[in-house]
Amino acid sequence: MKAKIYVTPKKAVLDPQGKAVANALHSLGYAAVGDVHIGKYMEIELKTTDPAAARKQLEEMCHRILSNPVIEDYRFELES
Amino acid sequence: MKFGIIQFPGSNCDLDKLWVLQDVFKQEARYLWHKDTDIGDLDCIVVPGGFSYGDYLRTGAIARFSPVMKAVADHAAKGKLVIGICNGFQILCEAGLLPGALLRNRSLQFRCEHVYVRIETQKSPFTCAARTHEIMRIPVAHGEGCYFADPSTIAELKKNDQILFRYVDASGKVVDTASPNGSIENIAGVCNKARNVCGMMPHPERASEEVLGSADGRVVWESILNHLRGVESVPESVLAGGH
Repeated sequence: MKAKIYVTPKKAVLDPQGKAVANALHSLGYAAVGDVHIGKYMEIELKTTDPAAARKQLEEMCHRILSNPVIEDYRFELES
Repeated sequence: MKFGIIQFPGSNCDLDKLWVLQDVFKQEARYLWHKDTDIGDLDCIVVPGGFSYGDYLRTGAIARFSPVMKAVADHAAKGKLVIGICNGFQILCEAGLLPGALLRNRSLQFRCEHVYVRIETQKSPFTCAARTHEIMRIPVAHGEGCYFADPSTIAELKKNDQILFRYVDASGKVVDTASPNGSIENIAGVCNKARNVCGMMPHPERASEEVLGSADGRVVWESILNHLRGVESVPESVLAGGH
């Protein structure tokens, strides 16, 4: 199975990268651009066919190391 | 006193700390390898700066799972001293030994310069030799030093007097422009609730000898030594000429 993991900064956390990219987009003339948030995307191959077990492990991985719960949120999708 | 300085792959301030503790302060100091599990009988563990594990994922995120970190947590749980500087601060936050996290600098720049840092409290093993609100001129060198914690954690830190260091201007005022990184409340360093674990972004080991342009950072090492020797406080008159 393959997991697609998205880690994003929490709303309350300063995101200077997002701000810098928003400014760059504005200066390129994309006036419709509002807030920009920059996070991380990871793909993890899992040697299991049991989606429930995979989800349980992924929750644990995201919480322990892949994200920092103080500053980041995460979500993941599982593909067989 | 016995100091242990951890070396992770990518640490780069380890030698500076060994030099300061061994050669400047004449203490017993040795390296601890990140794979060590038995650290022996140490008085203080120093988690140095650098780019452990290439700063991959997040600063300190991988280092915190190094085998030696279990020994650091046990050492801290016994009430013994741990100080993390720069990347060491980031690692201790990731390990949950200190509250909060360090984010990318607000300017997005890697900042390498001398800044002014005010010692906010003398009530810690890391600041007990300082004069009231002593100001240090001390270097920072980091890209991710913007301290963040949620409002309830910040309130706790204030209530428990856990904010040890703040960025200030030359006159000692906490102003936004004095911070090199955009930290909440200009926080440059904190301790845990039990006050035996400290993290700070500025580098006292790079400001411990006059030849380096400032010896203001000596007060951090002097505080640790005083604390370990059981010296409660040092008269202001002695300190005035000391550093």
